[in-house]
Amino acid sequence: MLKGQKRWGLFFFLAPVVLWLFVMIVLPHIDLLIMSFRIENDEGQQIWSLKNYLNFFEEPIYWLTFARTAIYSILVTFLTFVIALPVAFYITKVVKPKYQGFLLVLLLLPFWVSELVRVYGWMILLRESGVINHFLLKAGLLKQPIEMLYRDSTMILGLVYTSMLFMVVPIISVLDSLDNSLIEAAYDLGANMWTILFKIIIPHATPGIVSGSIVVFMLTLGNYLTPNLMGGKNSLWFTEQIYNQFIASFNWNQGSAFGFLLLVLSSIVVWLGLKLTRQNLKKVVQ
Amino acid sequence: MQIDLAVKDISKTFDDFMAVDNVSFEVADGSFFSILGPSGCGKTTLLRMIAGLTEPTAGTIEIRGKSMLGIPPNKRPVNLIFQHLALFPMMNVGENIAFGLKRRGDSKAVINEKVATILERVDLIGFGDKKVDQLSGGQKQRVAIARCLVLEPAVLLLDEPLGALDLKLREQMKVELKKLQAKVGTTFVYITHDQSEALVMSDHVAVMNQGVFEQIDTPQNLYNSPDTPFVAQFVGDNNTWSGRIRQCDQKTAEIETTDGRVFRTQIRQQLQPGDEVDLFLRPEAMLIQPDAGLANLNRFEVIVKDLLFDGANSRLLAHPLDADTELLIALPQTHQYDYIQKNDKIEIGWDEQSGICFLRKENQD
Ligand SMILES: Nc1ncnc2c1ncn2[C@@H]1O[C@H](COP(=O)(O)OP(=O)(O)OP(=O)(O)O)[C@@H](O)[C@H]1O
Ligand SMILES: [Mg+2]
Repeated sequence: MLKGQKRWGLFFFLAPVVLWLFVMIVLPHIDLLIMSFRIENDEGQQIWSLKNYLNFFEEPIYWLTFARTAIYSILVTFLTFVIALPVAFYITKVVKPKYQGFLLVLLLLPFWVSELVRVYGWMILLRESGVINHFLLKAGLLKQPIEMLYRDSTMILGLVYTSMLFMVVPIISVLDSLDNSLIEAAYDLGANMWTILFKIIIPHATPGIVSGSIVVFMLTLGNYLTPNLMGGKNSLWFTEQIYNQFIASFNWNQGSAFGFLLLVLSSIVVWLGLKLTRQNLKKVVQ
Repeated sequence: MQIDLAVKDISKTFDDFMAVDNVSFEVADGSFFSILGPSGCGKTTLLRMIAGLTEPTAGTIEIRGKSMLGIPPNKRPVNLIFQHLALFPMMNVGENIAFGLKRRGDSKAVINEKVATILERVDLIGFGDKKVDQLSGGQKQRVAIARCLVLEPAVLLLDEPLGALDLKLREQMKVELKKLQAKVGTTFVYITHDQSEALVMSDHVAVMNQGVFEQIDTPQNLYNSPDTPFVAQFVGDNNTWSGRIRQCDQKTAEIETTDGRVFRTQIRQQLQPGDEVDLFLRPEAMLIQPDAGLANLNRFEVIVKDLLFDGANSRLLAHPLDADTELLIALPQTHQYDYIQKNDKIEIGWDEQSGICFLRKENQD
């Protein structure tokens, strides 16, 4: 009796969530999945086919961009981690508690403006007639202004910058729970800085690092703005291929197939990452 | 005898607060040295300076004759057991103990052998694969000790390691720790705010108060002839009277207390008639119904207010006939005094040699 009531209560509260998930996420994806397996034949009719997926493997520009995007996303995630860990450590363990909040706000500040504005900020700094070139010329370090935009390295810089916060915040929260005396005990028992980092700090921070990495990886993989604006034509990102299919070629079937490939890729990489670090999703999401 | 640890004139100031104030002491090889003091008196700060985790403001530290100035903690031949143990939760018991050995670069075979030996020594055979959070409080304790002892440090520093345990376990670990120290022969520097821990385990005890050492002595001497009022009050229980010297010579004085009694007591410092003094008396120095033939006793009558039964540590709570000063009187459990009831009038006497008398300092309440 009571049990039945409870179940109805649960159903009542869950229904809107389930409905929302279904309408906003599951339905469109089913539609996309169906679309990705259909093509238009010569008479203009939609028929079932694997052609969209075959295209991807037959055309090197597609799968090369795909591989590039995957590898660079992993690289960006790793670089973000390498920069975020010392920053988080500094904020939680080195700085006096009264400055911690202030530093966190500083870190958050750039994220108050939209990504578009942030990217334009970088462009103003880096372009051929930009601020950095201006100063380097003035200082006599350069004779000719150089184009710093539209390279892979610039694009990675932009992506790392955009992702920073999503890595720093989860790492700060795990490091906060790390007892300082563990670090001191390791130091006292003869460990040097690197051993403390690899044996104490990183193992303790792993859940935060993994959850930060998942978020950063997914955001980077699906980012469109930063690769497009800072990478230009020289640094193609797979999202641009999808965009081109949907908007430029108006080939929704092909675009859907690409979209699904990206989804599969991110799922596989996240799964591999969890397996490698021996974490499970439950622990990381906490 | 070799000196393992020599601390000279060491001080530490935080901003303008003096946490440790000009402390000096020496600890002999293989001895058990305790630092006893109330919470916040600077014990941890002192220990951290010896371990190298805190930089002293002034003074020197020598371990086995070698100055430790500027040597980082990971290069010092001392190990510290933290107030909350600081076992590594990401490693199992064996890995925790092997941590220091691995840093030294010992071979795998040597490490395994040493870990097995030390686990046996602390009675944790077969615990190597257990996770830290599967251990009981007392077992964690022993792992923390094993983790340091396995490195064979010149000096082992212990920061109130029994503080987190419950009373029963603490009593048990106290004895075990003393036995362990005797067995391994490592020099222990042990800090605590629990006087019974310090008295039971130590060869020498330093009593610390507000950053200063008040007295360094054997437990017996601390108890029987404290140097300062603070030591007298902090170590052991006391009955206290305030009073004024009526007359005195080199060794004894006659004191008139504020509640109107006159006592004769030994003195160990130069006093003048008219000086304001504090008189301390241990509960066991008060004899119940003393033999009429005993000479040199200060005798007076008291009313029993309560019987505080606590096994071997039983007391009488009483007050003098004509005053309401509260007195604690040891009640030996020999059935000899079983007749004493609440509200009885009994005679009390104490030998003038057991009085502890200090000049009252104006700035001390
Ligand atoms: N890093 C620090 N900055 C400022 N003051 C400090 C610092 N560390 C300790 N103190 C102060 O120094 C004094 C002594 O501290 P310490 O930790 O040595 O006390 P303790 O004797 O170990 O006390 P307990 O028995 O409670 O552990 C305290 O008043 C404390 O507030
Ligand atoms: Mg302390």
